[in-house]
Amino acid sequence: MKLDSKVPGGPLEEKWDKHIKDINLVSPNNKRKFEIIVVGTGLAGGAAAASFAELGYNVRSFCIQDSARRAHSIAAQGGINAAKNYPNDGDSIWRLFYDTIKGGDYRSRESNVYRLAQVSNEIIDQAVAQGVPFAREYGGNLANRSFGGAQVSRTFYARGQTGQQLLLGAYQAMMRQVHDGNIKYHPRHEMLDVVVIDGQARGIITRDLVSGELCRYEADAVVLATGGYGNVFYLSTNAKNSNVTAAWRAHKRGAAFANPCYVQVHPTCIPVSGDYQSKLTLMSESLRNDGRVWVPKKKGDERHPNDIPEDERYYYLEERYPSFGNLVPRDVASRNAKMVCDDGLGVGETGLAVYLDFRDAIKRDGRDTIESKYGNLFEMYENIAGENPYERPMRIYPAVHYTMGGLWVDYNLQTSIPGLYAAGEANFSDHGANRLGASALMQGLSDGYFVLPYTIGDYLAKQESGKRYGTDHEAFAEAENAAQSQIDKLLSIDGDRTIVDFHRTLGKIVWDKIGIARNAEGLKSAIEEIRALREEFWQNVKVPGDKNNYNKYLEFAGRVADFFELAELMAQDALQREESAGCHLREEYQTEEGEALRNDEDFSYVAAWEYKGLNGKLEETLHKENLEFEFVELKQRSYK
Amino acid sequence: MSKEMTIHLKYWKQDGPNAKGYFEEYTLDNVNEHMSFLEMLDVLNEELMLQDKEPVEFDYDCREGICGSCNLVINGQAHGPKERVAACQLHMRNYSDGDHITIEPPRAASFPVIKDLVVDRSAFDRIIEAGGYVSIKTGSAVEANSILVQKEKSDAAFDYATCIGCGACVAACPNASASLFTGAKIAHLNKLPQGEVERSNRVVAMVDQMKEEGFGDCSNFAECEAVCPVGISISAIAEMRRDYMKAVVNGD
Repeated sequence: MKLDSKVPGGPLEEKWDKHIKDINLVSPNNKRKFEIIVVGTGLAGGAAAASFAELGYNVRSFCIQDSARRAHSIAAQGGINAAKNYPNDGDSIWRLFYDTIKGGDYRSRESNVYRLAQVSNEIIDQAVAQGVPFAREYGGNLANRSFGGAQVSRTFYARGQTGQQLLLGAYQAMMRQVHDGNIKYHPRHEMLDVVVIDGQARGIITRDLVSGELCRYEADAVVLATGGYGNVFYLSTNAKNSNVTAAWRAHKRGAAFANPCYVQVHPTCIPVSGDYQSKLTLMSESLRNDGRVWVPKKKGDERHPNDIPEDERYYYLEERYPSFGNLVPRDVASRNAKMVCDDGLGVGETGLAVYLDFRDAIKRDGRDTIESKYGNLFEMYENIAGENPYERPMRIYPAVHYTMGGLWVDYNLQTSIPGLYAAGEANFSDHGANRLGASALMQGLSDGYFVLPYTIGDYLAKQESGKRYGTDHEAFAEAENAAQSQIDKLLSIDGDRTIVDFHRTLGKIVWDKIGIARNAEGLKSAIEEIRALREEFWQNVKVPGDKNNYNKYLEFAGRVADFFELAELMAQDALQREESAGCHLREEYQTEEGEALRNDEDFSYVAAWEYKGLNGKLEETLHKENLEFEFVELKQRSYK
Repeated sequence: MSKEMTIHLKYWKQDGPNAKGYFEEYTLDNVNEHMSFLEMLDVLNEELMLQDKEPVEFDYDCREGICGSCNLVINGQAHGPKERVAACQLHMRNYSDGDHITIEPPRAASFPVIKDLVVDRSAFDRIIEAGGYVSIKTGSAVEANSILVQKEKSDAAFDYATCIGCGACVAACPNASASLFTGAKIAHLNKLPQGEVERSNRVVAMVDQMKEEGFGDCSNFAECEAVCPVGISISAIAEMRRDYMKAVVNGD
């Protein structure tokens, strides 16, 4: 496998415009001869499907939910970044680019990140035109707020439901095309394999989740916009059905998987309360604009937090990072929360929590102001935790939230399989080793609305229009048979342990050893434990019901099987990266102050893994895409 | 320390849209007060599977009240007893030791049962398809701040746009009407200048589709508003009706 990032030459500011000028176009009457499959209907998939259809392509859209509107982008709370500079506070495309590169700890591709910053403004225009009800000022113009890792206010938001509103915008655009017959829409379908013929992606195999039937779909190109793999941890802020299956199965067909060890742990989530817990809930990072993070200075201080006087509180972020304070990037905030809890200063029943306190903000701005900014988040907290955050500080703890790693893609968002594209969280492209808040929505929509519609045309223009191998081609039959035999195998084991039991056990290994902090010894033992548990899974899992019916646990079984393989690759990837970068903290490589210590000399590369086989252990070959920094100077990140 | 309870469950089982449904009963001990309602059902399913019994199917995804997947009718109430939350955000601390809980799917002809508590809500997608959007192509938008919107109007638009499409309004309505769902989208887009151009066409197309899907008419019971997990106001329905009449009478 040879990785070619296909980054255009020339000055950073001109690369994308030049690329658009240079790429091939498909003429309007030829577009209708091409069919594009889009898997996933979140921001990236929904935006791509709608935009392709508007251009005149035939589109097929698939999602596992009962409606495209339920994709997990819907849960994003805080906002979306753009370089509009409306507040006149010194923002620019360059600054958004620079903050994103720096936030990612210099482990992303300059060209992709610059393009992301460039199109960010168009995304806001597009969303407003669709009727997305962003927050506004009294003069009628759009409002902004601040997010971590930036010293400007560039985040657009719709209360604490920005993801929902942007997703509904994309969904509605998509449904307009469904109505006009340009998109064939397949909800409750799960992609189980990608079909590769003569080295090109030519279709997919899906399972109809209602009837259980396996289906074959042929197309000229396939886009995977299937989200991230945070649920490998079992507990995460992802939706319960979020999974790695589409991406992983593409990986096994030849798509390189990049930087799987880069997993973002979000600092402000509601802590775990018991074994029955099925997911973790995030409290938007925007809360750190007004909330102050602290723990008691004294170990085991069991007083009510409001009774702990000011001089006995350790505002550790404000003290350690005076210039960014509570608004340090997510990786820094999470790591510090873990450190104070490891030191025994954590609060709550489990000792695995810190306070996020709004007392001072309420005193300063009044309860009404705080309520208008965060009302729905406070309500959500109270529902889950059973405590009133207006009166008592929230208890928060880091939780797995976003995966920067994903399918390797070139500048065109094409994976290492020609004709197969990956967009949004499913690719590795823009966030390096750590994503900044409010940048996921930006990237998903950038990929879907403003990148893929151009780059996919460049690929299709070089293909023979209307070429069909037919779904009875042997490659379709082989892929369907493989999917079928895995389903049959899962149903036939009839063991003693439930899928949830296996998944939870796997998640604990991954959290303990490939979580916020990693070390070589832990990673090596994680690999052994994952292999042993995976072997037991295939001998002892209990999958109920049958295959020709709606069967959620059968769906989960297939997804957990893929998580077992991915987990091993995450450990391998974390093991080979003998440095700390962004969210990847190797305990062996830290500064004296406990900050991540990069090794640019040896590790300034994207780790792209090629699947070689699975035989008790996962066999993968590492390919390195060197990251060249032509335009920014690599620095030790500092938020002090 | 958290409290543990015994809960007596009665839940709907149905193999498919045309199969005959029935209730199953099961008693769960050790229900923790901090569990969400759906986590309690997870625990039920774990116990059932370990006893080689069939688990009960129910729809869910985000489990934080925003995706709209869950749609359980709990003791006759859509999303259960707590106001302004979806079933996934209902916690067992709202129940007491020894309580009896009956769980059913929403009962509406336009939402046929797929299996057990899982129903087909694709009719909602088709209502949006009919006109629930601003017809703007990618790339053709004007600069965002060239469209000024009064803050009050924008906030009001948000209050309607926040609908999660769960279908509780249909489940609660004696007529199984989808008026609150449809009206919410219409009112959201009506409040904004971006939605103005297609105002008349939109309301006619969406209301006609709603009828086509077999949803009943609104008789002002306001049950929908009472169960709506995000508090959509019934004024959306009045606005929809007014606009519909205007559009039909004026023929525009």
